[in-house]
Amino acid sequence: MISELWDLRVDKVVADLKEGKRIDGRKVDELRKISITRGISENADGSARVRLGETDVIAGVKMVPGEPYPDSPGEGSISVGAELLPMADPEFEVGPPREEAIELSRVVDRGIRESKAIDFSDLSIVEGESAWIGFVDLYVLNNDGNLFDACGMAAMAALLETKMPKLDGGRIVKGEYAGKLKVKAKPVLNTFAKIGSVIVADPILSEEKAMSSRFSVALMDDDTISAFQKGLPGSFKVEEINSAIDIAARNSKQIRKLL
Amino acid sequence: MAKKKEEQVVYVDSKGKRLDGRKTDELRPIKITAGVIPRADGSAYLEWGQNKVFAAVYGPRECLPKHTASPYKSVIKFEYRMATFSVPDRKNPKPGRREVEISKVCGEALEKAIFVEKFPNTAIDITVEIIDSNAGSRIAALTAASVALADAGIPMRDMVCGTSVGKAGGKIIVDLDKNEEDAPDAVDIPVAMLPNSKEIVLLQLDGILSRKEWDEAYKLAEAAAAKVYEIQKEALKAKYAISKEDEVAPVKGVEG
Repeated sequence: MISELWDLRVDKVVADLKEGKRIDGRKVDELRKISITRGISENADGSARVRLGETDVIAGVKMVPGEPYPDSPGEGSISVGAELLPMADPEFEVGPPREEAIELSRVVDRGIRESKAIDFSDLSIVEGESAWIGFVDLYVLNNDGNLFDACGMAAMAALLETKMPKLDGGRIVKGEYAGKLKVKAKPVLNTFAKIGSVIVADPILSEEKAMSSRFSVALMDDDTISAFQKGLPGSFKVEEINSAIDIAARNSKQIRKLL
Repeated sequence: MAKKKEEQVVYVDSKGKRLDGRKTDELRPIKITAGVIPRADGSAYLEWGQNKVFAAVYGPRECLPKHTASPYKSVIKFEYRMATFSVPDRKNPKPGRREVEISKVCGEALEKAIFVEKFPNTAIDITVEIIDSNAGSRIAALTAASVALADAGIPMRDMVCGTSVGKAGGKIIVDLDKNEEDAPDAVDIPVAMLPNSKEIVLLQLDGILSRKEWDEAYKLAEAAAAKVYEIQKEALKAKYAISKEDEVAPVKGVEG
């Protein structure tokens, strides 16, 4: 869509919200329809596709033996990458990830890492010599807003079905697996957009174009917080943050059931 | 890659059956869905055996950077990319030389089918993402891209369809899979054509093949490509069948 049309759409989003309505008819705290498909790539050790309304993302995991960091010789790690594919949005361009994609992958990474969903000491192979690195790669196929939450769900769904490659003398045996990756928690990322003075959950693209600021919170199974991220130049009052966390607690339960 | 060490692999048995049970002229199962990426002007999802491919088209639109534009025609920009998890060993996310070359030959193949001269100073961007692969992904990419172009309503002379043909264990076969591509005497020939005029728009070959074997291989390729063309047409018809019958029907995706 050309930018002039987006301007009109943004005006409509703002005008509707003043009357307490969202452009797609949802309540302010309501999520879009979510569908998760698992096992979308046989070559991946774990994979999933998540559709959040019309936003469409895929995640694939590859477990690769690597060298542990010198400061944690008995631990493996995860590495999250995100690609905003040019097919997903007319504004996404070919090339190495820019700051938008880097922020996205780091927020998803933090939500999972800090939740200790994966115990990195489980990923050790030989202390000080080798350990598993879980590469979680995210690809956005269609952007209709809230890539954070869609990618967060896709990454968790893919990790939850990840099989551990079998090792023989430190090398991967192709096509053979030794059990599943241990995942101990299901952190869920919840993103909110502030438009005027209204805060909406799970923003669609036209709401993102209208938002002055963005807030994301990752919650654990018992509502403990595992990550925050505030983005864009606008601001939030602490009451607004707290009410967003309350909504996130309710919505997370709904999402967690699907993972 | 774990090449088959044992020499006695029989690629085509006495009954004419291949390792995966196919006949020598048989394609792997192909499924195409048009219109899977709502934001794109046109798109398609294709499964060809284990290969799984998304293709999307934007344009004709402003050609950037401007010095790459042509006053005579629309510039076709084709990007073939493989997801890191789409191959047995994790692929570096940075596009390699292989992807650059495939992008070039596929874009050139499609240009022949498009009325590029109708849209001077513009670009048509075609991007393809491979999310799972098992030999033949460039033809899968091209086949999906052709459906996405038609779905975008871009004026075309014809579709572009194709297959790979080649040799494994001394036998000429259609649509080699990874096991067959790893045969010691393997020859892989990706072929793409305009199905109505039979003009060949993509042709590559890796391996050693006699003139006679090539004649045989091309005959099989032409027949197989015609089958691919039918599947492409069905995918496009199916999209419009859905939108007419039921306006609220969700766009069909991968899941069953």
